[in-house]
Amino acid sequence: MSDQNQNQPEIHGVVAYYDDVDGVMNASRKIRDAGYKKWDAYTPFPVHGIDEAMGTKPTILPWIVLGMGLTGLVVGLSLQYFTNAVDYVFLISGKPDWSLPANIPVTFEIIILFSAYTAFFGMLALNKFPHLSNPLHKLERFKRVTNDRFAICVEAADANFDRARVEKLLGVGAEHIETCPTDTTRAALPIWFHGVAAILTCASFIPLAVAFKGRFATSEKPRYHVWPDMDWQRKRKTQTAWEGFPDGRAMRLPVAGTVAEGELRDDFELYFGVAQGSEVPDKIRYDVAKFGADAGAERPEWLAAFPAAVNVDEAFLERGRQRYTIYCSVCHGKQGNGMGAVAVRANALDAAQWGWVPPKSLLSENAKAYSNGELFHVASNGISTMAGYSGQVTAKDRWAIVAYVRAIQATQGLDQTEAPRDADYKPVPTIESVRVSDSSAAGQ
Amino acid sequence: MTTTDPTASFGGKPLKGQDPRVRPALVEGENETFSTVTEAVARVSEVPVKETNKAWLIGFGVSVTLLGVLGLMLLHLITTGVGVWGNNNPVYWGWPIVNFVFWVGIGHAGTLISAVLFLTRQNWRTGVNRAAEAMTIFAVICAGLFPGVHIGRIWVAYWLFPLPNQMNMWPNFRSPLLWDVFAVSTYASVSLLFWYMGMIPDLATLRDRAINTPRKIAYGIFAMGWTGSSRHWHRYERAYLLLAALAAPLVFSVHSVVSFDFAVSQVPGWHTTIFPPYFVAGAIFSGFAMVLTLMVPARQFFGLKHIITMKHIDVMCRILMATGMMVGYAYMIEFFMAWYGGVQYETFAFVNRAFGNYWWAYWIMVSCNVIFPQIFWSKKMRANLWVVMLVSITTNIGMWFERFVITVTSLSRDFVPSSWGYFSPTYVDMLMFLGSFGLFFTLFLLFLRFLPTVAIAEVKTVMPQAHAHGDHGHGKDGHVDADPTSYGTAGGGGSVAPASKQDA
Ligand code: HEC
Repeated sequence: MSDQNQNQPEIHGVVAYYDDVDGVMNASRKIRDAGYKKWDAYTPFPVHGIDEAMGTKPTILPWIVLGMGLTGLVVGLSLQYFTNAVDYVFLISGKPDWSLPANIPVTFEIIILFSAYTAFFGMLALNKFPHLSNPLHKLERFKRVTNDRFAICVEAADANFDRARVEKLLGVGAEHIETCPTDTTRAALPIWFHGVAAILTCASFIPLAVAFKGRFATSEKPRYHVWPDMDWQRKRKTQTAWEGFPDGRAMRLPVAGTVAEGELRDDFELYFGVAQGSEVPDKIRYDVAKFGADAGAERPEWLAAFPAAVNVDEAFLERGRQRYTIYCSVCHGKQGNGMGAVAVRANALDAAQWGWVPPKSLLSENAKAYSNGELFHVASNGISTMAGYSGQVTAKDRWAIVAYVRAIQATQGLDQTEAPRDADYKPVPTIESVRVSDSSAAGQ
Repeated sequence: MTTTDPTASFGGKPLKGQDPRVRPALVEGENETFSTVTEAVARVSEVPVKETNKAWLIGFGVSVTLLGVLGLMLLHLITTGVGVWGNNNPVYWGWPIVNFVFWVGIGHAGTLISAVLFLTRQNWRTGVNRAAEAMTIFAVICAGLFPGVHIGRIWVAYWLFPLPNQMNMWPNFRSPLLWDVFAVSTYASVSLLFWYMGMIPDLATLRDRAINTPRKIAYGIFAMGWTGSSRHWHRYERAYLLLAALAAPLVFSVHSVVSFDFAVSQVPGWHTTIFPPYFVAGAIFSGFAMVLTLMVPARQFFGLKHIITMKHIDVMCRILMATGMMVGYAYMIEFFMAWYGGVQYETFAFVNRAFGNYWWAYWIMVSCNVIFPQIFWSKKMRANLWVVMLVSITTNIGMWFERFVITVTSLSRDFVPSSWGYFSPTYVDMLMFLGSFGLFFTLFLLFLRFLPTVAIAEVKTVMPQAHAHGDHGHGKDGHVDADPTSYGTAGGGGSVAPASKQDA
């Protein structure tokens, strides 16, 4: 007993040191068998078999890790389900919103992440780490435990602690025995540390305060751009002015005569409703009130029949019925009597008082008198207040509409004074009626 | 007792002149004791600053300079934009992605050695695992850098993660690039935990040997108050086993996911199912090459020859050769599939790889990865450190070229000839790649200098003294022997602990 602390009443425990594995194993068994609870063996490396010699119960760590791994599974899947299938759905090539195989990699990684963190931090928590202040660290000799010594410490806190008996039990084969005093020193931090800590704590509120001010105060100045992103670039944008070019535009116009892909329109009959080679008509100016005396003076040579490029048959007519119903019927009505939904509603509101022009009946004599080409032209470019549909409807479809209008004109025979029929009334124009109107228009 | 198969650790072939039933000593030397092992490892970090090894100082100086170059290049990149790289239509994935895959591949050996070899009880790993793990982490840091800056506007890098934001948008979890974010960041953080956890007992050793206060405080904080308590060891070993068991599938998943970045796309030359195993084999290959490149000089300079022995090097050379041949097999199968699949684009992509514009890159890759490692069939060559160094370095070069070949040749020649192009790197590309070596070596040299480079506690467990003598039992039902948490059983010198089953 080379121990000066013998008279000191407060001891943490008795520590015995051993040279080899056998020594510590044998002593461990004795202490275990003597029924001590608060004691431990300290070794430089994990000694094989010592758990059994000490009677250590298996740790519950694996179960905690399993639990967190399963949590990871649920979190991983529900994170992806919520973000990608509920809150922000990605529509990619018509694939389903939620397809498990694609979510497996991330789920797997999250399971591993959760379990690995739990294994590590769980170990720390169960071992009560970090635990920097330990009376054993004060013993000079104990430092060799992390090198080549094996030690056992029986703590005074144990209910059965009897110093003499413990020393006797540990003594066999021990290289040295000593008592460990309780740690009475309090490691106080230096004074300056408190000052610095106080200043840093206060300073750490500054950025937060600045952010709060920015969030809740208003300002005349434009927003401060920390990152300019691509907001300011050294380039000219479309539709802007620039002195660099003589014409003052930033955009260049296409070279004269440029034809866009698919826009060649060399078939005049198909695209303009006039004979090949004749002048391409402008928007029709029939309105004498608006355009003066020569309105409608120069009428182009309208095509009387259908262009060679379209094949007028049942399917074509059906296509025309569809297109007409979609694009024209809202105003001109399903039967073409000018009593479409828009017209009915506008009449109900007496919209004419605000200068509203009602759509015309397509069954009127005036409308019947149009040649096919002219009708096509109206459908394409509009007429006085009516807008054109060349942007929405392809040329062939416009011809299909013309065919359909011809058909309802031939079969319907109603005029705009007649009351509208039931909403589900469907005129049944036939291909014959188109052919008839074809020949009748030809005379014009 | 499967664990005591005396030759299992060294490929099943007994080393010449030895009793084949005896496992070769993992720690060499006549009179090794626990404290000489501690001494050998700890001494390295305890050398006073003034007496620092000259070679270390020079190496550190060069590395820090390169790190500075990297910093400048990053600054240039971030303030100017990704246009400073050679990436351009059609090769939008140039060197940054090549470098990413290169580094992340290197970062596989560490965890592989630590986790997979741990689970398969390859006790020889104890000499090299610490350094390999450190290498992993530093390599993953380098790897993470490249995709990080590749996104262009790095200040919106947080878009990669599922964080609620003012745009009300979430990342697309069905994109392999997002899988990559999760795989690589999980891998980086789990490897870090694994490495740090392994070091805790050794940091305590350094703390207890510390002679001045700064060292005591620094090591003391990171050792977290470790005492060597057996109850702590018990949980610690359990946690270590769990981490190893988790890290092992992780390590395979990471490079598989990296390969999905390519394989899930439609580009000819990328769209193949062989990619995941092929990439994983390549990663192990390049990782072991890097371990050799680092460990051969390190053991020389720091006097660790008896802990990182010639046998370690021998085993690693064999692994290098084996994985090199796996990679070679993958190269062959790719060609076979391109021909057998009969898709003209695919066929073209591969013929173009070997004989097109980038034929030189392809053949550098094949020579470095498949042909050169064949030299390790010869035992003499495995024992020649110059040859080992040379081949491990050429392997690193070859593996960089493998990623270059995959990324660049495929992109530069896609479906439409009108979009074909030729990739040329800029000086920024080159200096950044060089700079990443600066980052890597700066960290690695600091590690060598200040941290326990060898797992001291673990090495002790494989020494003969670490085992109690046969006069007491292991466990009533013998389960202790089957318990892989124990670091190992057999030691050297034929003192194989018998699996006695009687209880005390
Ligand atoms: C938004 C309502 C609206 C739609 C839709 C509409 N029109 Fe008109 N349409 C009018 C109006 C209004 C007039 C009368 C214009 C005027 O006289 O100022 C008119 C006039 C006409 C005329 C001249 C009638 C005549 O007697 O002079 C024809 C022909 C015509 N439309 C055909 C069509 C065709 C074919 C479609 C489908 C492609 C169509 N319209 C779609 C509102 C519409």
